[in-house]
Amino acid sequence: MIYKGNVQKLGDSVDTDGMIAGRYLSILNPAELAKHIFEETIPDFARRVKPGDMIVAGKNFGCGSGREQAPFGLKALGISCIVATSFSRTFYRMAIDLGLPMVVSPEVAAAASQGQNIEVDTETGEVKLDGKSYKAEPLPKFIQEIIDMGGITDWVKKEVAARAKAAA
Amino acid sequence: MGQTIAEKILERHLIDDAERVEPGRVVRAKVDFILFNDANGPVAFRHFANMGGTKVAVPDKVGLVCDHFAPAPSAAGAHMLRDMRSFARDKGIKHFFDVGKGGIEHTLIPEMGLIGPGDLVAGGDSHTGTAGAYNAFGTGMSWAGMAAIMMIDETWFRVPESMRFHLHGKKAPYVTGKDVILKCLQDLGVDGALYRSMEFGGPGIAEFNIDERMGICNMVVEAGGKTGIVEADEQTEAWAKATCKRPYTLTNADADAEYYSRHDYDLSKMVPMVAKPYSPDNVVPVSEIKPGVKLDQVYMGNCANGTISDLRQIASVLKGRKVSKWTRVMIVPATQKIYRQAMAEGLIDQFIEAGAAVSTPTCGACFGGHNGALDDGEVAFATINRNFKGRAGHAGAQVYLGNSYVAAASAIAGEIIDPAKL
Ligand code: SF4
Repeated sequence: MIYKGNVQKLGDSVDTDGMIAGRYLSILNPAELAKHIFEETIPDFARRVKPGDMIVAGKNFGCGSGREQAPFGLKALGISCIVATSFSRTFYRMAIDLGLPMVVSPEVAAAASQGQNIEVDTETGEVKLDGKSYKAEPLPKFIQEIIDMGGITDWVKKEVAARAKAAA
Repeated sequence: MGQTIAEKILERHLIDDAERVEPGRVVRAKVDFILFNDANGPVAFRHFANMGGTKVAVPDKVGLVCDHFAPAPSAAGAHMLRDMRSFARDKGIKHFFDVGKGGIEHTLIPEMGLIGPGDLVAGGDSHTGTAGAYNAFGTGMSWAGMAAIMMIDETWFRVPESMRFHLHGKKAPYVTGKDVILKCLQDLGVDGALYRSMEFGGPGIAEFNIDERMGICNMVVEAGGKTGIVEADEQTEAWAKATCKRPYTLTNADADAEYYSRHDYDLSKMVPMVAKPYSPDNVVPVSEIKPGVKLDQVYMGNCANGTISDLRQIASVLKGRKVSKWTRVMIVPATQKIYRQAMAEGLIDQFIEAGAAVSTPTCGACFGGHNGALDDGEVAFATINRNFKGRAGHAGAQVYLGNSYVAAASAIAGEIIDPAKL
């Protein structure tokens, strides 16, 4: 899959507490949750993100508390993909399962700057920044399958249906 | 080529035996046990419903533990607990532990014999790696992924690289498992073990009983680790024989296993360590904490440090002494069984006599939810595992982390001190 948007540049060890404060964890409405993303840490973030934008960050993105509301809120805000030097693993998994692709690339993280045009091909691992080509790790096939289905919910539904059919 | 403990455990749980368990590869596997608490369970139950779930694939693999909002601090908390109760009842979940009938998940589940050596355990909580004390592969997982396991009884894992921590020597006085992991955090930082399995072995392991090993594995996630596993020895086997309700497989690495890195720790040179605010890797020896860090609160408890061994360590320091007048002291046994054992040994009475508050098992103060949350500007010492801004109450509070001896000694002094100097 190819994703296109503009770069929203962030630094190292961006933690989930900063993404969505604990007091908002009971909000279930995606649009409502999106309003509070980075509320106190990057006050203009929610306003400047356009649908399709991609976060490009440094190492250990999404560290700290394992809270699903963080990737869920970013996706609801319109973030289409996150490229980072590395991810906190619980965050990585939560995002994938919600259908938000996570791409590992120290090269892109070092080269990207705020607002640049970015294009990510999750299958080949090619990333273009203002047309210039860089390398990223392609998504493993199985993970790509989950992403293509918009997350693990539909993937599970399909799997359950296939098993029922096989049993019949 | 030899395998690490994590690789061996994953390999035994593969769905397709032909898959290769190599670091970096994604494999599909069946887990032995999945663990929900009242903070992540209710969200996962919603995913389960969205997936079209009605019946849980293997209800006996599921553990539901009420610990975060237990006993309910508010109507919202009561609602979470109610969700747990109704899911347990509707889906026929046998391993459901309500307020007063269990304790904190990571201590309770092994205590009940529900997990053991060689098991693959997934949990909605990030501290599921605590299971490594029992030679199991435990890891925190996405809540949707947990719901998926309830649907189809399988999941995927990226095979981690492993790091080997070789422990040797005789441990010095007042050193516990907590100090081993704090030392690792000082050396590695909060992303030094990102995605990896931290494997602890060597003759020094025998210096720590099963309880203290929980203290080690509990905090591997603070270094970014996917899991932390202590190699199996006689103590592991004795524990498993006496406790496990399911078959188990003691699992150790091959001599020629390949590691991302190897680390060597001489326990005789180790000293009690303290993590200063606001990061669990901001670690120094307790002797380097300048005198005069006055404490408003000392909290002793959590999913790895509310064990009977911790309570005995605390009692050995508090015995015949009183806690400082201006410091409030909370002690929380991790499970009902530990609570009763402590009562039988006369420890609870000693704690109350010393001026400490003792409560029923709960996560409460550990995540700043209730039962001892901190106010703006307050300073606390706690045997918990995180001290990020806002972790234990107000974002303006400061929390120092360390072992039970240091906590108890500091409770008496009213400031952080080395227990050797009490
Ligand atoms: S005791 Fe603390 S760290 Fe352990 S599960 Fe509860 S909140 Fe999490």
